[in-house]
Amino acid sequence: MNLLKFFTAGSVDDGKSTLIGRLLYDTDSILADQLEALQQSNRKNDDGSIDLAILTDGLRAEREQGITIDVAYKYFQTEKRKFIIADTPGHIQYTRNMITGASTAKLAIILIDARNGVIEQTIRHSYLVSLLGIEHVVVCLNKMDMVDFSEEVFNTITDKYKTLAANLSLKDVTFIPISALKGDNVVNESEHMPWYKGQSLLHFLENVDVETGPDYNLARMPVQWVVRPQTDELHDYRGYAGRVLSGSFNVNDKVTVLPSGTSSVIERIEIFDQTPSEVHAGQSVTLHLRDNIDISRGDVLVNSDHLPQNSQLIEADVCWMDKRPLDESITYLLQHNSKVTKCKVREIIHKVDINTLEKQEAYDFKLNDIGRIIIKTADALAFDFYTDNKANGAAILIDSRTNLTVAALMFRAVAD
Amino acid sequence: MSKYNLDYLDELEAEAIHILREVAGQFEKPALLFSGGKDSITLVRLAEKAFRPGKFPFPLVHIDTGHNFEETITYRDKMIERIGEKLIVGSVQDSIDQGKVVEQKGKNASRNSLQTVTLLDTIAAHGFDACIGGARRDEEKARAKERIFSVRDEFGQWDPKRQRPELWNIYNGKIHKGENVRVFPISNWTELDVWNYIRRENIELPSIYFAHERDVITRNGQLMAASPFLNMDDEDIVEHKKVRFRTVGDMSCTAAVESDADQLEDIIAEISASKISERGARMDDKVSEAAMEDRKKGGYF
Repeated sequence: MNLLKFFTAGSVDDGKSTLIGRLLYDTDSILADQLEALQQSNRKNDDGSIDLAILTDGLRAEREQGITIDVAYKYFQTEKRKFIIADTPGHIQYTRNMITGASTAKLAIILIDARNGVIEQTIRHSYLVSLLGIEHVVVCLNKMDMVDFSEEVFNTITDKYKTLAANLSLKDVTFIPISALKGDNVVNESEHMPWYKGQSLLHFLENVDVETGPDYNLARMPVQWVVRPQTDELHDYRGYAGRVLSGSFNVNDKVTVLPSGTSSVIERIEIFDQTPSEVHAGQSVTLHLRDNIDISRGDVLVNSDHLPQNSQLIEADVCWMDKRPLDESITYLLQHNSKVTKCKVREIIHKVDINTLEKQEAYDFKLNDIGRIIIKTADALAFDFYTDNKANGAAILIDSRTNLTVAALMFRAVAD
Repeated sequence: MSKYNLDYLDELEAEAIHILREVAGQFEKPALLFSGGKDSITLVRLAEKAFRPGKFPFPLVHIDTGHNFEETITYRDKMIERIGEKLIVGSVQDSIDQGKVVEQKGKNASRNSLQTVTLLDTIAAHGFDACIGGARRDEEKARAKERIFSVRDEFGQWDPKRQRPELWNIYNGKIHKGENVRVFPISNWTELDVWNYIRRENIELPSIYFAHERDVITRNGQLMAASPFLNMDDEDIVEHKKVRFRTVGDMSCTAAVESDADQLEDIIAEISASKISERGARMDDKVSEAAMEDRKKGGYF
């Protein structure tokens, strides 16, 4: 059985928390004592039924205000698959929390209120999905019960969204008409929309193909830790421990260590007490090389025939995540997997109005601003473009005055 | 090209090992908080997978309430001997003796809340900058909101409104002097995942997780083990029942469930069919809707 992480974009008004509550409730994932706590709560729907939204709002401030502020993670499983839901806030002031939840997701659910159609918020959420390169998109047209389960409404909205999806180069987009409140097409197929021939949301989530083929070209493993027991019997043991970021490594593959550029050959691969002949993206492994070369945390092992980019000047999309605006005069820390290096922002290229998608000239970058910049790093980075290889194409900026994570970076080009 | 795909337990395991190695790489003086419960036992197994044949780059720390199940302590000492790693014990009794905390009074007295002071004192005394814990997001709704690297201030407090964005699999462990980070490698595991992993890895557990005969009393609808640590009076009727524990805290706050499950297979079947969440058996969570959020803000695990 495999695992699918997805996130939901929308606001409480669109029925986002209700949808998640419905998925949990109809898959029997809510336990009796949690249900009891729900029933005792004061928040009820207008018709007196349980407000499923309370299930996901974990903080006192969220329950008080009736909104989602920070991402919450929920877990459920069916016979086919295990799911992790990142329930992310939809309000513009919590964009950074949405990006936190979305950055590790493979699929996005975008909620549209069928009464309102594609609105500014839909454009913003879809833009973020496109920016973060989320592989699969499901657009749920919610509250179909409020528009008489109309096929015409569904078609009008989906046509409009398709234009948006094309502009944003979203790939795999699926449309499902639902009512989260009444349960139509969420887990169980709706009796009210015979014109809809597609799958229910859960059925789709269970069956969407999220497997990937091995890609030796992109074999990359950042070294996190060097295992050196230095005991009598393991005197010469030297293992490079890390998680395969992308691609695959085989015993006897020629690998290059970056940034030094030294090459060697994989002699042995270990996963604890096993010695597999090949390992793939996602696995935490220990590699042994034929030659005794200087490697430490922050170095990255890559397939010698397919080297990544290697540059100090990089053009990147940026989401600013801190209350203190971007400051071109100070030195930030950039963390790219296990590598940390100093970094300055060399130039602001543009900012994007995420409600209209217009690029604007920009002189400053504030909380939740998104756009493109050029950075210069103290050490050269061994990176891939985010479009080609998400796992090796992203980094964060840290403000060393506060130690806060102040920006998400997605590498787009080598700058000159 | 043939497709490959990690099984969910392999994926969760690989993620946890990655997080443990990040702790080793990013911090000067980390520690692994070990309670003797199944989640921290799972962490020990994951640490073996992350660092063997080397030593762990951190000691194990047990915050001992003094109200332990004897079986847990026996297990702990045997395990430490087997893995050959260092154990540091922070004692709640010492905190009481030093007058830093006062024992609760009354029928429902428990040392659960006193642990926080001992934990923070132990962190300060040893200068730990990162504490690895076995908390999971499926346990409780405040925990569902917490980051994997959760920064605590000088007073150990969690501020849910000031959490750092946590992007991709990049963990920012930078802190100021005096602060520390709580790290939760099995954040994304569910209770059932932990049990399935224990089965797959053939991990030994303290015997109290399996059905056994024991004297119990019923308190607030929950079965509590009869012990000198429980303030009992004439109204409490001691019964002899076959029970097991689903979660292991100290004796005054952990409730048992009636069960015949004395094998792992039976426990997994029982949990799969269960309609009560794991923390439903924790008296410490029953106080209010925000009980966990408030304790975390105060420096709890």
